[in-house]
Amino acid sequence: MALLTVENLRTYFHTREGVVRAVDGVSFDVAPGETVGIVGESGCGKSVLNYSLLGLIPMPPGRIESGSARFDGIDLLGCGASRLRSVRGKRIAIIFQDPMTALNPFMRVGRQITEPLLLHDRVPRREAVARAVAMLEAVGIQDAPERLRAYPHEFSGGMRQRVMIAMALITRPQLLIADEPTTALDVTVQAQILALIKEQQRALGMAMILVTHDMGVIAGNCDRVLVMYAGRIVESGSTRDIFHRPRHPYTHALLASMPAVQARSESLYTIPGLPPDLALEIRGCAFAPRCRHAIDACREAACAPREIAPGHATACERAQRGEL
Amino acid sequence: MSAPLLNIDDLRTHFPLRGAGRPRDGAGVVKAVDGVSLAVRAGEVLGVVGESGCGKTTLARAVVGLAPVTAGRVLFEEQDLAALPPRRFRAVRPRLQMIFQDPYASLNPRMTVFDAVAEPMIAHGLVPRGEVAGTVAALMERVGLARRFVRKYPHEFSGGQRQRIAIARALALRPRLVLADEPVSALDVSVQAQILNLLRDLCRENRLTMVLISHDLAVVKYLAHRIAVMYLGRIIELGEAEEVFDAPLHPYTRALVSAIPSPDPDDVRRPVILPGEPPSPLRPPAGCAFHPRCPYAAPECRATRPELEERRPGRHVACVRLDAIEAEESRGGRV
Repeated sequence: MALLTVENLRTYFHTREGVVRAVDGVSFDVAPGETVGIVGESGCGKSVLNYSLLGLIPMPPGRIESGSARFDGIDLLGCGASRLRSVRGKRIAIIFQDPMTALNPFMRVGRQITEPLLLHDRVPRREAVARAVAMLEAVGIQDAPERLRAYPHEFSGGMRQRVMIAMALITRPQLLIADEPTTALDVTVQAQILALIKEQQRALGMAMILVTHDMGVIAGNCDRVLVMYAGRIVESGSTRDIFHRPRHPYTHALLASMPAVQARSESLYTIPGLPPDLALEIRGCAFAPRCRHAIDACREAACAPREIAPGHATACERAQRGEL
Repeated sequence: MSAPLLNIDDLRTHFPLRGAGRPRDGAGVVKAVDGVSLAVRAGEVLGVVGESGCGKTTLARAVVGLAPVTAGRVLFEEQDLAALPPRRFRAVRPRLQMIFQDPYASLNPRMTVFDAVAEPMIAHGLVPRGEVAGTVAALMERVGLARRFVRKYPHEFSGGQRQRIAIARALALRPRLVLADEPVSALDVSVQAQILNLLRDLCRENRLTMVLISHDLAVVKYLAHRIAVMYLGRIIELGEAEEVFDAPLHPYTRALVSAIPSPDPDDVRRPVILPGEPPSPLRPPAGCAFHPRCPYAAPECRATRPELEERRPGRHVACVRLDAIEAEESRGGRV
């Protein structure tokens, strides 16, 4: 039984330049305790997708055009603002990329960490503070009772991200959405934070959606992967399938253009051209203009994702025909 | 072995703190670069890696005169740039160019691509007026942009295209040395690969010498012949790129290399998780700056600041414990 089931979600932005199809028919699910990675380049819709689930899309210009999202029996897109507020920040928590802009600079971190407990669980203040201290210690912040009185600017980038994690996990959520949680951090600090998130995830038995542009972060941390391009999921499968048997040319290109996997003498694989302008109508497969395998059929009609092996789906026409 | 084109000798860039922002505990100087010696050979790509605040950007800025030199020498073409009077420095400057991280901030939004690329050659009088248009067109082609784009403004381009424009602008002066500060960090992977390939082709064809600054070891490994690893204002390891990457010696380099997320889901190696974070350059730890986070630290690390020593041919490491660490490892144990 899935914890979260998203079906045919479409989030469009109605702008002066036209209708931007940021998320254009996305379906996936997340099982309890599972880590699902969402990977894709800037503008592919991976953040908009998650913000749509939590009602964080500015409307207007944004609008959820179609689809459903069921979380543990609750219809996230139709349950109304007050019901959604009781889920968001309690049962589904989110960590953002930039901890400096996500924390309130005028509020001591103690108040920010205890806020979800006070609001959602009506915990007495004294108990909330005790739990905040325990949570800060769990995320590796020393002198926790004193640090509760500090302001965000008194912490380094890595420490602020730890504060964000403490704040997200204090209500023991069932699902954590981590949107590029380590992109703003140095690599040794990234390693610390990823290890910390995994440790906490195990301790709480929590599911996670990990959004990142870094295939390396996906490889070490996810059970399953969704690859997004131009607002759609182009491939999904187990992490092993995606890395060892990629069945969409875009996934293949993403893996091949990583500098780490190649020796110095070779040239890096590059994808010609640029991602499409989502304000323009796309006919056929959105990746076709950049794809070396594209045939006429690819340019004529968009191909829906289909399973080609158990749990492994691709939206590539030619891979579905068994030609790639 | 070719002679060094750039020879940095015990360079220090210190920023004294003044006024209200000064910490109360008396710490008063940020030692961003604190004794760096480095020879860049003609024709090589030298990578400088390290985490935020290690001084890698300040080092590059000090070389091109964008940050003050507190002490030490910067020898380029047999002249000490740090001691040159401004007018003579300006005469050298065209042969010394910088590419910045953020192509959104490094191009003037009110200048067309043509003006941005033509401006440096006109300002330095390097190209006769009549030939400017042709030279700009040739540069555009060289960096992979269509000629017809020259009348457009920066906002009309993507991040990768802007970085191509910034590269064309740097090449306009036919520099001998290019300092590229995180040239691909702001770009998506697929675009990053395009720019990395371009930089590599340019270095090969024009026999350019490049100092490539990046926090991303994989990027540096792809382009650089040699790598210098910085920690808190000093170089702690220097050597051939492949060797530093495949068999790092300094404990910090070891942790840094192990922390790069592996793109193989079956990779069972666990990263070395360092405790804490890089210390503030305002209050550097005594002795070896890395000792508070170092898994191999011993009392002597607190007492003396290790100098960069040549441990094997072409391989320099600043660690007093290296012999002990290697001896223990050859016995199959961990220190």
